[in-house]
Amino acid sequence: MEAPRLAARDLACRRGERLLFRGLSLELSGGQALHVTGSNGTGKSSLIRILARLLRPYAGEVERSGTIGLLDQTMALDEHLPLGRALAFWRRIDRWPDRDDATGERVGQLGLRDLMDVPVRYLSTGQRKRAALFRLLGQGADIWLLDEPLNGLDRDAVALVEALVAQHIASGGLALVASHQPIAVAGMAVLHLPDYAPGVDA
Amino acid sequence: MSGFGTLLLRDLAQFLPGARKGNTLLPLLFFVAVAMLYPFAVGPNPNVLAATGGGVIWVAALLAAILPLDRLLAPDLENGFFDQWALRGIAEEVVVAVRLLAHWLSFGPFLMLAALPASALLGIDGATLRTVELGLLAGTPGLAAIGIIIAAVTVGLRSGGAALSGLLVIPLAVPLLIFGAGSLSNGGEGGIALTAAISLVLVAMAPFAGGAAIRAAREG
Repeated sequence: MEAPRLAARDLACRRGERLLFRGLSLELSGGQALHVTGSNGTGKSSLIRILARLLRPYAGEVERSGTIGLLDQTMALDEHLPLGRALAFWRRIDRWPDRDDATGERVGQLGLRDLMDVPVRYLSTGQRKRAALFRLLGQGADIWLLDEPLNGLDRDAVALVEALVAQHIASGGLALVASHQPIAVAGMAVLHLPDYAPGVDA
Repeated sequence: MSGFGTLLLRDLAQFLPGARKGNTLLPLLFFVAVAMLYPFAVGPNPNVLAATGGGVIWVAALLAAILPLDRLLAPDLENGFFDQWALRGIAEEVVVAVRLLAHWLSFGPFLMLAALPASALLGIDGATLRTVELGLLAGTPGLAAIGIIIAAVTVGLRSGGAALSGLLVIPLAVPLLIFGAGSLSNGGEGGIALTAAISLVLVAMAPFAGGAAIRAAREG
């Protein structure tokens, strides 16, 4: 596998009439993690969508090699289906092995074992987040783009997300986490997005 | 191929009549209800019924095809499915093409079946019924494509989408109805052939128009 890489040069993002940030460059490769900080509305989610190539930047360009896994506020799971069947859709799309120990272990690790028969719409915020994490882990992507992954999680689950990110970068992956909450992962760099807001000398 | 099959299975589980606790039965019931109520509205004169019944079936089919419009694409965009597909390199065009097939399967064949009791209720004779059935076979894929195109174009609109959908249906559906329902008056194969031709154009267009509209909505 080629080492994953994510680079952005001189990005600017405009939403509506407002310029959210400009002159943002970053360069990440396998084994590195970056924490994007900033309060609500500073463009963290937009940055993630630009890096995922779901949104065109107002200026600048994104280069990447490696597959992208995205975790944001949407679940991409069918609300009316039991969790197990909703996840089975992505299992077939992403071709997870039918039964392997890693998958079973993850189900327990994320505390989803008893939830597999519960329709997705009855899950709590934290449970939804953990289900989405499960989908992300199953995808096996090289580059993780996590948008507010800690929202609605209790302390144990936060520690779990931190451990999963650490595990991901230790195995050669790349992670970019946008969150206004602190996240403790060893060796994680920090990018404070408001520093790139117009009117601030970067 | 496995991705294609997986998408189609998911779509069928959502759209086939009887799926989702019967919500999906509505277009079919609507179609039958129109056929049942029409004689009460215009009176029981068999000549009037037989002369206009085929056209009523066509209008009912059009309305049944656009009833599930707001469920066709919008929920998947809101829930992030299209984002996740895009990351995996599954083109919007492919998703829309599969959705078109599933949408047609969920009402086209069933409408053709339901047209049998409907034609009995409207007093349509055998030869006309044959024309209606052939016309529906030729026209319903086009109606499904119209539904998909409109659903995609209005997918990014938070409000006012329903009103715009209603307006958009008219110009898109006029050619299909002219030739589809028109084939009834002259009993002609020509009308059915033209209906099929329009259907093909709409079906060929729908994935590309839909894919572009969904990408545009995502940027918004």
